[in-house]
Amino acid sequence: MMKLKKNIPLIDQHDNQGFWGGKFGGSFIPETLKKPVEDLTKKFQKLRKNKKFLKQKDYYFKNYIGSPTSFVKLENLSNHLGGGQIWAKVVSEANGGAHKIYNATVHALICKAMGKKYIVGDTGAGYAGKMLSMAAKKFGLKCKIFMGAKDMKRQKPNCEAIRKYGAEIIPVYSGSQTLVDAVSECMRYWVSNCDNTHMAVGSTVGPNIFVKICGWSTAQISKELKVQLKSKFKKIPNKVKLINCVGGGSSAYGFWSEFIDYNKKQIELIGVEAGGPKNSKLHAAPLSKGAKLGILHGAAAYCCQDNEGQIKETESISAGLDYPSVSPIHCFLKDTKRARYTYATDEDALNAYQMVTKFEKLNPSLEPSHAFAEAIKIAPKLSKDTIIIVNSCGDAKKDRDILRERLGKK
Amino acid sequence: MNKSLISQTFSKTKNENRPALLTYTVAGDNTKKKSLEILKSISNYADICELGFPHNTPIADGGQIQTSAHRAIKNGIKISDVFSIVSQFKKFKKDKPIILMGYYNIIYQYNENKFINKCKKSKVDGLIVVDLPHPENKKFALKCKKKKINFIQLVSPTTSKERLKHIIKDSHDMIYYISMLSTTGGKLKVAPRKILKEYNKIKLLDKTKNIVIGFGITEKTIKSLKKADGLVVGSAICREITKSINRRQNVVTNVTNIVRKLKNKIK
Repeated sequence: MMKLKKNIPLIDQHDNQGFWGGKFGGSFIPETLKKPVEDLTKKFQKLRKNKKFLKQKDYYFKNYIGSPTSFVKLENLSNHLGGGQIWAKVVSEANGGAHKIYNATVHALICKAMGKKYIVGDTGAGYAGKMLSMAAKKFGLKCKIFMGAKDMKRQKPNCEAIRKYGAEIIPVYSGSQTLVDAVSECMRYWVSNCDNTHMAVGSTVGPNIFVKICGWSTAQISKELKVQLKSKFKKIPNKVKLINCVGGGSSAYGFWSEFIDYNKKQIELIGVEAGGPKNSKLHAAPLSKGAKLGILHGAAAYCCQDNEGQIKETESISAGLDYPSVSPIHCFLKDTKRARYTYATDEDALNAYQMVTKFEKLNPSLEPSHAFAEAIKIAPKLSKDTIIIVNSCGDAKKDRDILRERLGKK
Repeated sequence: MNKSLISQTFSKTKNENRPALLTYTVAGDNTKKKSLEILKSISNYADICELGFPHNTPIADGGQIQTSAHRAIKNGIKISDVFSIVSQFKKFKKDKPIILMGYYNIIYQYNENKFINKCKKSKVDGLIVVDLPHPENKKFALKCKKKKINFIQLVSPTTSKERLKHIIKDSHDMIYYISMLSTTGGKLKVAPRKILKEYNKIKLLDKTKNIVIGFGITEKTIKSLKKADGLVVGSAICREITKSINRRQNVVTNVTNIVRKLKNKIK
């Protein structure tokens, strides 16, 4: 039986081959990347225990990213729906407008500590790319961002930002021209340039070490939330539901990590994947739609694929969730039944976006709008003392064009 | 006695004082039938034929091989077709070694044991799995060995000396040395002299192993590396397939010409 351990961060609950629960994760990488991955693993192991590095990280989290982000009650939305109280952790307040800044900042610091001058990364919605370009500029690193050509079209504002921060965008035209292809191309680039270049994977996906670095970085979100919960309610409330969208799963892990040891009756973890357009067979919901275990981008995880093992095309209105696989740690949370995973369709997310923006001074991007869709769905059925918290992990500025097209002028 | 076809081939090329020529083509590029024809024709010049089973998200292949793989998948190639291409080829030329090459997810979905058994049945001589490195590949490599299928370990310029020793120890008849930090089909960015220097360091650790060099090898560069036990050409061939298709020329003839020229350069 697969079991979670207590008092050990989930990112460290893997075996010595890098597998969570004996089967999720690992490092399925070409020989050329073995050495750079091992170097990075050793370096990260040291850095996370290094007081000076931790001080540096905390300094930048506070003064550059702007921690803590606020925790607010969505009074109007809660009153409108009735039932449970809806709260939001407004992570989109972080510098740059999304949680991706945590991972990007940590990767830039690691890159510097390793004495590398170049940093590369993948991006879907463009936030991971934007943040990496920001962090690269901040720390004097040269940066390249790999992005699918389709995503470049639908997330223009973030492309403009990436260029503004001086990074080069490498458009990826292969395959479906979305995140999956961007990650592949970024890895291929790293294979060719790993001697002087550091790679930042944009989510809790990829070879084991990248899952760990990203999870370690975004964990900041739940560390803050824990303090905020205690200060608002004097203790951790008895009925809490933490709802987060899941693409790769970096914001969800960050939102949950401090609460995994709690009983699920007290703190329920709900992950919301991208169900795609209502009438389409395509989606990006490997966990909630029961995809098989497969190997993609260096890790074993549930993955949308055909019987032969070819990776399937995905479809979602949200570029940030439009990925056929998912973090191995979410697979582990699913199989140990600690977290529950569901999905919201494109239409659900758009409706949720409209409702949230109608009642609240909040502008969640299409990714967290998936999480809001679930909150809106379950809130009326819940008791008044149930605290539903949604991680509003991204700002909708980047979705300007899609929202205009789908909802009329905005 | 009982030497593998791969070993026998290297003995032969060593006797002839030349490196073995290894070709790489993608099964099903651009159709199942055509790829078999190509394989049959180039095997007149190639000593060992590598046959790729395509994957649509390869993390170590450059543009040329991606294009070939994409074409093959688009035209409907299935893993069962790959095995049937090998079987048919082996009926035609039973002594020519065939090495299957690809990514682990395809094997994993097929089931490891079933895959190895099917290899055995179709007379596959060796396997290269790009994203199953040492030591993660130890169990799988052992399973292959039991069925007398060569599991081919890869080593690269980034492989540490310590690691190298372990990999060589667990290797079978052939080792694949990646010439430089690159995906397949990159321009040779390291001087051949330097590549051979690194190559010789590995060779010194165990002289009995047959070590081939691949990545960045074309008509232009092949001659400068002829001291190696074997040389692999893949992307240059895939590029020719693409070119011939685009120009509506005879793919089999054109590709065979390239392979013949490559062979002549290292004779």
